[in-house]
Amino acid sequence: MSRVVLVTGGNRGIGLACARAFADAGNQVAITYRSEAPADSADILCVRCDVTNAEQVDAAFTEIEEKLGPVEILISNAGMTIDKLTMRMTDDDFSDVLDSNLTGGFRVAKRAIPKMMRARWGRVIFIGSVVGSIGQAGQSNYAASKAGLIGLARSLAREFASRNVTVNVVAPGPVATDMFSAVDDAMRDAITGAVPLGRMAEPSEIAAAVQFLASDSAGYITGVVLPVDGGLGMGG
Amino acid sequence: MSDDFEKFKACAVEILSVSPDQVTMEATFGEDLGADSLDLVELVMKLEEEFDVTVDEDELEGIATIGQAYNLIISKK
Repeated sequence: MSRVVLVTGGNRGIGLACARAFADAGNQVAITYRSEAPADSADILCVRCDVTNAEQVDAAFTEIEEKLGPVEILISNAGMTIDKLTMRMTDDDFSDVLDSNLTGGFRVAKRAIPKMMRARWGRVIFIGSVVGSIGQAGQSNYAASKAGLIGLARSLAREFASRNVTVNVVAPGPVATDMFSAVDDAMRDAITGAVPLGRMAEPSEIAAAVQFLASDSAGYITGVVLPVDGGLGMGG
Repeated sequence: MSDDFEKFKACAVEILSVSPDQVTMEATFGEDLGADSLDLVELVMKLEEEFDVTVDEDELEGIATIGQAYNLIISKK
């Protein structure tokens, strides 16, 4: 069944993999991007939007609704990192990451859900992170934002369950994306060494979990955190 | 009934999925119209848009009937 899908931050990495997977499966897909639209996107509606700006979020949704129809599946993926040890982290470093990763998720979900409620069908999937559960030195801001998404998702899951809108989190471990290319080799070896499966995920492996939660088959799943982390967060 | 009430009624019919004759001044949202808290939030948002008014959360406290909601919205115009 063809659905209208929006992936925020869909121009690269996990977001692009999700957008491609949904488009290849015959859905009508839109993405938002902040810096640059992806090259491989002839069948994807690309809208420039910064999720830290509520007016831009509203304008992006309005454009998508006009061109494709109301968003039925929202993948809230847009995010950023400003990695520093906490002693060196400024208040702005902390609040900027929260504003993008957590409040940004709130903004897009709040804009999307009323239409899902009216349709009595909707899927919201937040891209979390294993570090939201297990923490990560140098990422207190990012980890806090990703942990916050869990409380946000579960509250939305309860608020909108009666309207058949499910809300879940997919929590990746290390994934081979641009975000990770910023990490040096020694750090990367240390991280993959800690993963029971001994490697990073491909973005498509995250997209597969997202697609499952967005499917009709997952209609009875809401408020879960689905780790796709090679076992890194086990028991957390 | 006034045009304002007809407009109000149309909003209630659309959002609450009820028939126009159920929307009387005395009708209660919960018991008579089967509306839950989400329905009421949706209705208030729709009324704010249609009547170009803003309703604060605390003003909604104790609003249980169509008449109470209607009077609240009209008092804002």
